[in-house]
Amino acid sequence: MLEVRNLSKSFGGLKAVSDASLDVPEGGIVGLLGPNGAGKTTCFTMIAGFTKPDHGSVRFNGQDVTGLPPHRICAMGMIRTFQIVQPFAGLTVQENIAVGAYLHHHDRAEAMAVARQVGKRLGMGAMLDRPASSLTIAGRKRLELARALATGAKLLLLDEVMAGLIPSEVSEIVGIIRQIRDEGHTFLMIEHVMQAVMSLAETAYVLNHGKMIAHGTPRELVQDPGVVEAYLGHGAAARLQEGHHA
Amino acid sequence: MKPQSMGQAVLIGLALIYLASLYFMSSPVWMGFTINALIVAVVALAWNITGGFGGMASFGHAAMYGTGAYASAILQVQYGINAWIAFAAGIVAGAAMGAFIGALAFRYGLKGSYFALVTLAFAEVLRICASSFAITGGGSGLQLRLEPGLSTLQFNERAVVYTILLVIVALVMALTAWLKYSRFGAYLIAVRENEDAARALGIDTYRIKVKAMAISGAFAGLAGVLYLQVWLFIDSAVVYGSAVSIEALIGPIIGGAGTVWGPLIGTLGLHLLGEGAKHLLHNAPGLNFVLYAVVLICALRFLPQGLMGLAARIGTFRKKDDDNA
Ligand SMILES: Nc1ncnc2c1ncn2[C@@H]1O[C@H](COP(=O)(O)OP(=O)(O)O)[C@@H](O)[C@H]1O
Ligand SMILES: [Mg+2]
Repeated sequence: MLEVRNLSKSFGGLKAVSDASLDVPEGGIVGLLGPNGAGKTTCFTMIAGFTKPDHGSVRFNGQDVTGLPPHRICAMGMIRTFQIVQPFAGLTVQENIAVGAYLHHHDRAEAMAVARQVGKRLGMGAMLDRPASSLTIAGRKRLELARALATGAKLLLLDEVMAGLIPSEVSEIVGIIRQIRDEGHTFLMIEHVMQAVMSLAETAYVLNHGKMIAHGTPRELVQDPGVVEAYLGHGAAARLQEGHHA
Repeated sequence: MKPQSMGQAVLIGLALIYLASLYFMSSPVWMGFTINALIVAVVALAWNITGGFGGMASFGHAAMYGTGAYASAILQVQYGINAWIAFAAGIVAGAAMGAFIGALAFRYGLKGSYFALVTLAFAEVLRICASSFAITGGGSGLQLRLEPGLSTLQFNERAVVYTILLVIVALVMALTAWLKYSRFGAYLIAVRENEDAARALGIDTYRIKVKAMAISGAFAGLAGVLYLQVWLFIDSAVVYGSAVSIEALIGPIIGGAGTVWGPLIGTLGLHLLGEGAKHLLHNAPGLNFVLYAVVLICALRFLPQGLMGLAARIGTFRKKDDDNA
């Protein structure tokens, strides 16, 4: 469904992403992992059209979407969410979701009905009339997801939707994402919370210093010395190995 | 448009009572004064579309106001075109000027004070141009021939002028309310609150912003044409001057930006205050602007959502809908 080839992006002298490639099959949940500053969010901004890549291409459903503006890409059915959630403060929760729904439903009553339905599906039924600014962090993460879903997009790029949530909230979101996937959506998700990645993603990519250093099932990845080093620092894998032998 | 609290109902009620009372006071002074305030209210409602809903605070709505007034005056005075056609042309010219400024400013991603400065610069350049060319009457401005009648859109009866203005203000407010609850309005608010999130949700934010400038420009152009038809005379300082731009933004900010009633209530309140101060302090020139500045500073400091926002907190009705009226 999504084919990313050799994406590169530099900011001044800093190579934020270099030569990154990845594939997301339809109906899949694919993880994108990596330590802070690895270039994950930058990958998303390029895939979703927020910044033009220096090199490389993005194909979505067989079509070349490299360099298209975000609103065109969203209309085609691919949407990103933001690591730092940003509800539209002046609107209620339902109206926030409706902003997404307006993409394909131009009538207010229709868009609001879609918003209500999506909100209920994500367990936000009781919050629909509340101002979006009154939501807790968990509520805001859900709202971010609901807004994206309401656009009717089929491929969702989620940027750390679980960050900052307590374990019970994480397992709720995990359940919701699984349910949405079963309804026919596809996910590419940046995630730090390993528990979530392990239980959701079928495959994952690991980015470090802008380069893809590994690709495999989450279980394979946690045993990959390169991945462990990327997360825990140079020599960590060897130290862990020694620990095992001792 | 419905009030959402006792406070708002009282505020709106007071405004309506004042407006209605003019029919019984038979005071030409008060009616003339309120006619002026209503024209300003139209340009304030124009500013409210971009500045209130869209969060694009312009400091140069005179650019569209003056363009509307001049377009209509040039057509009538220089080309002898019918006033009704000139009226419509003024609105179109205001919309075109708004779209042009917006297209240029947003193409370069201007926001905040940069956008405000660019709009101010446009208004100033237009003011200088209008005072230099023959077609705009140069320094002496343009004067419509006094010719009362329906076909010339000139009316001797103050009460008639007043009534027409009331109807127009009501129409512009109804359009505002309709916009607010439309897809376009939701998109505009989304752009104000978070442009990146709006873009991600499939909104062509550039187009929305330019469209907002065009609609706002149409309203501002309308206000300019109304000024022309009421006073039959314009010059560059009067319609392109920064006083217009200041009055366009101060009313909505005091009354409540991004609300339907705020611009009218803010404008009426300010003008009443300015008029009162003038009488008390014996017509010191420019005094009303000093007063406006003080009120504006207080409003920004103590009433972030204007009078309508303050009133919303007084005796809130059991809510079904979370919007401001
Ligand atoms: N707009 C930008 N300008 C300059 N540097 C940036 C910009 N965006 C990201 N970076 C840099 O690129 C690197 C990758 O950042 P990011 O993609 O946000 O990482 P991650 O999401 O994996 O934590 C970081 O070093 C960051 O400081
Ligand atoms: Mg990030």
